[in-house]
Amino acid sequence: MFELLGIPPQALFGQVLLGLINGSFYAILSLGLAVIFGLLNIINFTHGAQYMMGAFVAWMCLNYLGINYWAALLLAPIIVGATGIAIERLLIKRIAHVDHLYGLLLTFGLALIIQGLFRNGYGSSGLAYQIPPELRGGQNLGFMFLPNYRAWVVVASLAVCLATWFLIEKTRLGAYLRAATENPTLTQAFGINVPLMVTLTYGFGVALAAFAGVLAAPIYSVNPNMGADLIIVVFAVVVIGGMGSILGSIITGFGLGLIEGLTKVFYPEASATVIFIIMVLVLLVKPQGLFGRAT
Amino acid sequence: MADLSVEAPAGGLALEETNRSTERLHKAIMIGIALSLLVAPFVLYPVFVMKVLCFALFALAFNLLLGYGGLLSFGHAAYFGMASYVSAYAAKIWGLDPALAIVAGTLVAALLGLVFGALAIRRQGIYFAMITLALSQMVFFFSLQTPQFTGGEDGIQAVPRGKLLGLIDLADDRTLYFVVAAIFMGGLLLIYRIIHSPFGQVCKAIRDNEPRAISLGYRANQYKLAVFVLSAGLAGLAGATKAIVFQLASLTDVHWSMSGEVVLMTLVGGLGTVFGPIVGALVIVSMQNYLAGLGSWVLVVQGVIFVVCVLLFREGIVGVIAKRIGKGL
Repeated sequence: MFELLGIPPQALFGQVLLGLINGSFYAILSLGLAVIFGLLNIINFTHGAQYMMGAFVAWMCLNYLGINYWAALLLAPIIVGATGIAIERLLIKRIAHVDHLYGLLLTFGLALIIQGLFRNGYGSSGLAYQIPPELRGGQNLGFMFLPNYRAWVVVASLAVCLATWFLIEKTRLGAYLRAATENPTLTQAFGINVPLMVTLTYGFGVALAAFAGVLAAPIYSVNPNMGADLIIVVFAVVVIGGMGSILGSIITGFGLGLIEGLTKVFYPEASATVIFIIMVLVLLVKPQGLFGRAT
Repeated sequence: MADLSVEAPAGGLALEETNRSTERLHKAIMIGIALSLLVAPFVLYPVFVMKVLCFALFALAFNLLLGYGGLLSFGHAAYFGMASYVSAYAAKIWGLDPALAIVAGTLVAALLGLVFGALAIRRQGIYFAMITLALSQMVFFFSLQTPQFTGGEDGIQAVPRGKLLGLIDLADDRTLYFVVAAIFMGGLLLIYRIIHSPFGQVCKAIRDNEPRAISLGYRANQYKLAVFVLSAGLAGLAGATKAIVFQLASLTDVHWSMSGEVVLMTLVGGLGTVFGPIVGALVIVSMQNYLAGLGSWVLVVQGVIFVVCVLLFREGIVGVIAKRIGKGL
């Protein structure tokens, strides 16, 4: 076996893969945040809790109803997305006319409620979720062992990110959405139901978070706190990338996950903070973010 | 961000008269607070009142930045917690006088505020909140990873209260209480002075209309940074004092949930009001004491208060009273 800078390749590529997986979650979550921010002008602090809900719904489906992973992958985003639609209609809609910072405070409060409820119901220790039988095992690539499930997470995330990009940038529905983001009043004047669009957009962003949660369930244990710390890192990712561009969010998410993974190999002490340090550097050099538009 | 603040109603000739009567009212409230601080330790458990005072000062500091700088920081736990660590470390390991330990904590928090503030004010609004939150999370990880300084999961325990200026023994709760009350009152008066100084007026102008303030020749970013540093330093003063009172500095103090708590206190009391954060701190700390046995439900209750306040009660307790009597509080 060869070694690279004194690091065994299994460790190096293993961390790179783990970095790409984290990057997938950063990409999906920051994409959802960006889409919601574009139309609703709020930062959805509940996003981490909704990611956690996705994992929990998958776990509940399996343990209470016997619904397998593949069905949960479709069902959990729909169910959690539906709760998101309820939240938007009942709560967020009422504060659309006041300062956007209230949206941050409202969704922060919602995140506390959801996390507290799940912590009461399931404790903080975490629940195991088995990898679906179709994806157990792995491939020996010669230089590393590639677990099938991890490869699947990266491919599935990339596919969902690109599908979202296509939906928003290349379809008629996406054109309406972009128009409403640019100028909601004028778009509504053209006969497009903007309030409905706002609701569906929030539901869609939330469903994306839940999808990431289901993907994460077999890798990390299903835990009420799994979204709380993640969402802060995703905020940093959003600051680094800027929320102006869909592809920008995807590239930034995967790129930062990769950098984090490499940091774990070469300088593990900094792996928890490396994304924040990059955020500081970006703020110094290009405050509007790598893909952001100057305001 | 004009709707985050409660202003005295303005109206032609009556304006000066209203201002003067508001000023008189504020003076009366200050005297009322000072008097109740003198009576409080004989009526209530002094440690409880000290906890309220530390958090009230913390919330006042946070509100200075939000209400008068127009900047919502979601990472104020960084300054509170870091000052708490520094003050605990200085008092326990270096054996510093408690007064010097508190000063050291405050200075470190102000310095941290200078660095983080310079970064965060490069963006506005929602980005500002996200950046401050991310920076404070960095401080949390730093605290977690340097157990030789912070004591890791255990925190710095059994911090000696020591003798103030080598003379006054602070081991007695009531003696310590009056020191804490004096620190709180000093902090409150300082913040009141800052708000009503020419500097504070310029800050308000920048909050309400930044481009206009810049066109009038004010360097908006320098003012914002100055408010940020003052706010961080005062949050540090609160945290450093808290470490001496409870003889403990721990990861709880730097965690994001602490940043959330101070936002909640200010929201309940009234964002952008002068006295709101004190009322909010009193309400939330009392509630936490009362509900301590409920475990994770406290989180749910806090979340519900957040949601209810944002939806139905945006002015907060003091804000509503101010509206009723038609005067800024």
